[in-house]
Amino acid sequence: MAAVLESLLREEVSVAAVVRWIARSTQGSEDNAGEAAALSSLRALRKEFVPFLLNFLREQSSRVLPQGPPTPAKTPGASAALPGRPGGPPRGSRGARSQLFPPTEAQSTAAEAPLARRGGRRRGPGPARERGGRGLEEGVSGESLPGAGGRRLRGSGSPSRPSLTLSDPPNLSNLEEFPPVGSVPPGPTGTKPSRRINPTPVSEERSLSKPKTCFTSPPISCVPSSQPSALDTSPWGLGLPPGCRSLQEEREMLRKERSKQLQQSPTPTCPTPELGSPLPSRTGSLTDEPADPARVSSRQRLELVALVYSSCIAENLVPNLFLELFFVFQLLTARRMVTAKDSDPELSPAVLDSLESPLFQSIHDCVFFAVQVLECHFQVLSNLDKGTLKLLAENERLLCFSPALQGRLRAAYEGSVAKVSLVMPPSTQAVSFQPETDNRANFSSDRAFHTFKKQRDVFYEVLREWEDHHEEPGWDFEKGLGSRIRAMMGQLSAACSHSHFVRLFQKQLLQMCQSPGGAGGTVLGEAPDVLSMLGADKLGRLWRLQERLMAPQSSGGPCPPPTFPGCQGFFRDFILSASSFQFNQHLMDSLSLKIQELNGLALPQHEPNDEDGESDVDWQGERKQFAVVLLSLRLLAKFLGFVAFLPYRGPEPPPTGELQDSILALRSQVPPVLDVRTLLQRGLQARRAVLTVPWLVEFLSFADHVVPLLEYYRDIFTLLLRLHRSLVLSQESEGKMCFLNKLLLLAVLGWLFQIPTVPEDLFFLEEGPSYAFEVDTVAPEHGLDNAPVVDQQLLYTCCPYIGELRKLLASWVSGSSGRSGGFMRKITPTTTTSLGAQPSQTSQGLQAQLAQAFFHNQPPSLRRTVEFVAERIGSNCVKHIKATLVADLVRQAESLLQEQLVTQGEEGGDPAQLLEILCSQLCPHGAQALALGREFCQRKSPGAVRALLPEETPAAVLSSAENIAVGLATEKACAWLSANITALIRREVKAAVSRTLRAQGPEPAARGERRGCSRACEHHAPLPSHLISEIKDVLSLAVGPRDPDEGVSPEHLEQLLGQLGQTLRCRQFLCPPAEQHLAKCSVELASLLVADQIPILGPPAQYRLERGQARRLLHMLLSLWKEDFQGPVPLQLLLSPRNVGLLADTRPREWDLLLFLLRELVEKGLMGRMEIEACLGSLHQAQWPGDFAEELATLSNLFLAEPHLPEPQLRACELVQPNRGTVLAQS
Amino acid sequence: MILTKAQYDEIAQCLVSVPPTRQSLRKLKQRFPSQSQATLLSIFSQEYQKHIKRTHAKHHTSEAIESYYQRYLNGVVKNGAAPVLLDLANEVDYAPSLMARLILERFLQEHEETPPSKSIINSMLRDPSQIPDGVLANQVYQCIVNDCCYGPLVDCIKHAIGHEHEVLLRDLLLEKNLSFLDQLRAKGYDKTPDFILQVPVAVEGHIIHWIESKASFGDECSHHAYLHDQFWSYWNRFGPGLVIYWYGFIQELDCNRERGILLKACFPTNIVTLCHSIA
Repeated sequence: MAAVLESLLREEVSVAAVVRWIARSTQGSEDNAGEAAALSSLRALRKEFVPFLLNFLREQSSRVLPQGPPTPAKTPGASAALPGRPGGPPRGSRGARSQLFPPTEAQSTAAEAPLARRGGRRRGPGPARERGGRGLEEGVSGESLPGAGGRRLRGSGSPSRPSLTLSDPPNLSNLEEFPPVGSVPPGPTGTKPSRRINPTPVSEERSLSKPKTCFTSPPISCVPSSQPSALDTSPWGLGLPPGCRSLQEEREMLRKERSKQLQQSPTPTCPTPELGSPLPSRTGSLTDEPADPARVSSRQRLELVALVYSSCIAENLVPNLFLELFFVFQLLTARRMVTAKDSDPELSPAVLDSLESPLFQSIHDCVFFAVQVLECHFQVLSNLDKGTLKLLAENERLLCFSPALQGRLRAAYEGSVAKVSLVMPPSTQAVSFQPETDNRANFSSDRAFHTFKKQRDVFYEVLREWEDHHEEPGWDFEKGLGSRIRAMMGQLSAACSHSHFVRLFQKQLLQMCQSPGGAGGTVLGEAPDVLSMLGADKLGRLWRLQERLMAPQSSGGPCPPPTFPGCQGFFRDFILSASSFQFNQHLMDSLSLKIQELNGLALPQHEPNDEDGESDVDWQGERKQFAVVLLSLRLLAKFLGFVAFLPYRGPEPPPTGELQDSILALRSQVPPVLDVRTLLQRGLQARRAVLTVPWLVEFLSFADHVVPLLEYYRDIFTLLLRLHRSLVLSQESEGKMCFLNKLLLLAVLGWLFQIPTVPEDLFFLEEGPSYAFEVDTVAPEHGLDNAPVVDQQLLYTCCPYIGELRKLLASWVSGSSGRSGGFMRKITPTTTTSLGAQPSQTSQGLQAQLAQAFFHNQPPSLRRTVEFVAERIGSNCVKHIKATLVADLVRQAESLLQEQLVTQGEEGGDPAQLLEILCSQLCPHGAQALALGREFCQRKSPGAVRALLPEETPAAVLSSAENIAVGLATEKACAWLSANITALIRREVKAAVSRTLRAQGPEPAARGERRGCSRACEHHAPLPSHLISEIKDVLSLAVGPRDPDEGVSPEHLEQLLGQLGQTLRCRQFLCPPAEQHLAKCSVELASLLVADQIPILGPPAQYRLERGQARRLLHMLLSLWKEDFQGPVPLQLLLSPRNVGLLADTRPREWDLLLFLLRELVEKGLMGRMEIEACLGSLHQAQWPGDFAEELATLSNLFLAEPHLPEPQLRACELVQPNRGTVLAQS
Repeated sequence: MILTKAQYDEIAQCLVSVPPTRQSLRKLKQRFPSQSQATLLSIFSQEYQKHIKRTHAKHHTSEAIESYYQRYLNGVVKNGAAPVLLDLANEVDYAPSLMARLILERFLQEHEETPPSKSIINSMLRDPSQIPDGVLANQVYQCIVNDCCYGPLVDCIKHAIGHEHEVLLRDLLLEKNLSFLDQLRAKGYDKTPDFILQVPVAVEGHIIHWIESKASFGDECSHHAYLHDQFWSYWNRFGPGLVIYWYGFIQELDCNRERGILLKACFPTNIVTLCHSIA
């Protein structure tokens, strides 16, 4: 490895040749013979070069960045893997490499801690490390060349060196066994690159399942002395290999040597790893060293290395583009160099062109190198957000070292469209009730329907409670809500209830978490609060403030672990607490379905010839649509991954050896929850990687350790790696992927490659594709990848960790005043249902092809419009049929039913049978639906298309568009109608039948039509409730007990009955139960009147109602019963034993009023004579006091003796002799 | 009619152990002349119901029932016309209608072979003429007409009041030209407010999607029950909305405005619609 670098530095080979050599397995023809020869001998090392280079750079920079912000590292182990050790690089047993970098001060310690090396870079039993260790012990442990070699090299210059490496094959082969940087101790301040840089091949101990659970562990930001302990005690349970400790000792000594300096540094006091909070504290006591271009040592060497490094980045030979940029930014903003020179006095500046001398001898070197690299990646930089650009452009070092780059950056900053904001106003609303899907008809039983109803409410109750409490310290999701959630899940018995609930869950998830705002933390209730407090105009400012407050925590370094920020946490915890197998299964089904649906969504494709101004407007909308789809997909895939791999993940280290084999055998039998491999392959073929890959990455980020070992997923990783390699940013040309699309893919893939469950050697081991990405050749000419669908906002939304670059720069500038204001662009969160429809599946055949061809050369908006119109008109058509044809049939059914009921009598017959009869008569009419539907679509679609398309649309295009819209709408409507019309009619008729039968009821209340109040009525009548209450008071007074001074006046009674009449005539407020009770109360009142039981207020003597008054009141009642009550009046109660019995208590008994009432009832046709006779007859059966029974018998006889008067005219005649009954009774 | 918690507590304090009779109501009106009669009745009724809920169980032990029944029998033997059952209910601090039901059940158990079904009991309470024993029928009837918090008549009055206010609200909405959906249950909705506005409006700065009419006083207990059973359910389905407690409510309960439940004691006067504002 080093040999290659050496050759480079000696200009034996060109940078281009080296990069070609690394990137391709075969040598390009353009390489000259000498280069080829030099490099071919190193072929075996090819794969190791990049990791070597990366480690080398980290190692070299370690002295520069001791106080610097943490360099990304995924794990403590990863950090351990990194060089960054102050004194210098490995030596001792790591002979070959230490030859190259012989730091003097280390030599002494090397002997003291020989074991240190072996674990130096290991995080644990990781394979790579093991390998390193073994190599150490078996292979080169005896070698003691390092020091000498180093010295010699230094003394003699480079030429002698290659002989060592090149002419000594054993060494080389040994080298191969060594993890190139394996022995490098942990960097002092966490300035180490990803641990992934370990290309060594597999050894027998290799297990990919090392405990990489430390995923969340942040970069270490402590000085070496504190580091190991921090690691040992880290909550991720990662012990450092013993080697580290010895190294630690070693470093301890070093530290002592320069204790003064280090003591100044506050960092030793912070043993806990710190995430993404770059050092305000660190800056405190340290003054920044100014960087001066004039003081750069060995320019040429730095330029060369920078060039190689840049080329590797540009060729995507590094796993994570942004990680490297972060590293470069760190170099750019390095504050001061740890002076190691005093402990390294032998190091002479003479050997500047060899690798033996430190690459970075001063801050000046670092900055120079960084600027060199940045110059090569201006294109990437120019696509960073405005804030980052501003900070970069204002960086004085950059200005100093490369005014040209600074100028370009400034220009880029000024041209940058908008500031990217990661915080968006949250949008939390409940999933609205959708009658189409949520109504009873979609449930198997009433019970299931009601269970779901309850569930919905419990779900939101839990959600509200979570919002209220989840930020309170000490509140625990499981403790607070777990049992309630499980109880709720327990009620979901039927499979269909599960699917309903999952639908709700998923919709709510999308609504709340789709936007980064939803992920940000503010949720229900909070936003409106803010609104009312500040008013809308201050809201923007508040959000900016909030963003500023939240931003530092929003992502953990440049490679944060997958997390569930904000509201997503609720859904994760819900799934965990529910711990319901059924729920998880349904959720996976539903998520998979939705992912497939969204992934297959026909997003408008870019038309390169679409040059008119309109296209810009269109693109705005299309980008937005794409963003919504992509963000939804990522969210869904994240949860799918979470749930799917949940059973396989655990805190314990993954198994190794035989156990692992058996697990592999077992797992390879399990079909994937979603066929992501096929989706990926298809996505690549269809050039939709920009849509498919980001969500796939989210999905895979939750994979467990075994997953990458499975063949199925191996394939996926292979595809992804090839894709990664193919995304060379500098290759921009027609037909290639858009720049930002590539950048997005590089960012997400780079992130994925840093995830602990992804084997670390995967990236470097994977044999790169021979050349370009092969699917490119078969790809369609234009795919989503070629369309500028990704914008900066989306890039930052998907990869918030890119924002770490800005934070790093901002921390360099004292204070963060460098932030400019500006308005946030917002992605309006919309529900996924509004995303437009997929083209109908059934549209096939030549016509469909023609239609496709037609759209091909039209602006994408045209296609969208037509599809939209077709979708809406088709849907409306179904509704129209429902409202016209089906409604007519239902009306027919009702009248048929009435006839049926009349002919069959009260019984009606079996409802099910009735329904069958009706349906058999009516369903055939459903056939008309298709014709009617066709007619409807024909009529409605063209107008809609015309209204929506630009006016200057050519006539031919317009008419084609109209015709296609008609066709599609008809197709859609008819497909639905032909499949469902019969069922629909049946359902509606059934509902009508049960409605009619219910209305029929036990008491056929339909005494003709119910009358409403007259048109002139102003509804001023007393309210029924008031009247019931008043009458009740009278009844209670009459029944007693009552105070002596209580009673009613006759006027009050009369008034009450008058009001009752008004109320009954104005039916505005009257409901049937109230009327029933009023009727009953009025009958009770009549009985009390007849029995003279109503206590009358008045002069003390007069406690009884006058006969005339009583009779007048009874007349009023009779008239109310006859004229005003529309419901049945229980008049037979007048002759109930209880009411007649009231008479028994009065002395002397007065029968005349009863007789009068009975006669009037018959007269007015309110009761039949026979009916009264029957009632009187049954009265005799009751037990009465003797005399009362006699009188009752007399009354009966009297009533019966009266002439039977069937004719109404005669009854009218009788009205003039109202007193006959009274006379008789008194006689 | 929006009362502070303190005002409400003062009224509730006066209602402790007051029998649910018209006399009690009359006294209450005299004590709080400034409050509307309907509000007082609603508060009274709710407080009394709370009281009954708390003490319900102790009247339903078999010992209690037996002792009540014996006292009833002894009483009517002495004087069947005296308000035996009503006095008994007042004496043991139980609702007369509920006492009537208790005794009726006990009576039927004794006189019928099969235990009476609930619907038979209900039917007899609605129409005491069906009660086979004349004396008991009168006693039951007396209890029912004298009970202003329980019983079929009171239930009917409450139902009617609720219905009337819904009609009132509907008229007001029509008058303001606000189109709404009602009768939603028939359309397949599971939980439905009285009115869903087809186009949301704003009241006092809050968006309103639905309106629920409550012809009662909103006290803590009932409001929380409504929130749990109805209002949040509406929010869950239709978004924020307005609840009108026609007989007032405790001011402090109107604390969920920001979360989407707005309380009013009358139809709001300032409604902002999408296009124009109605003064």
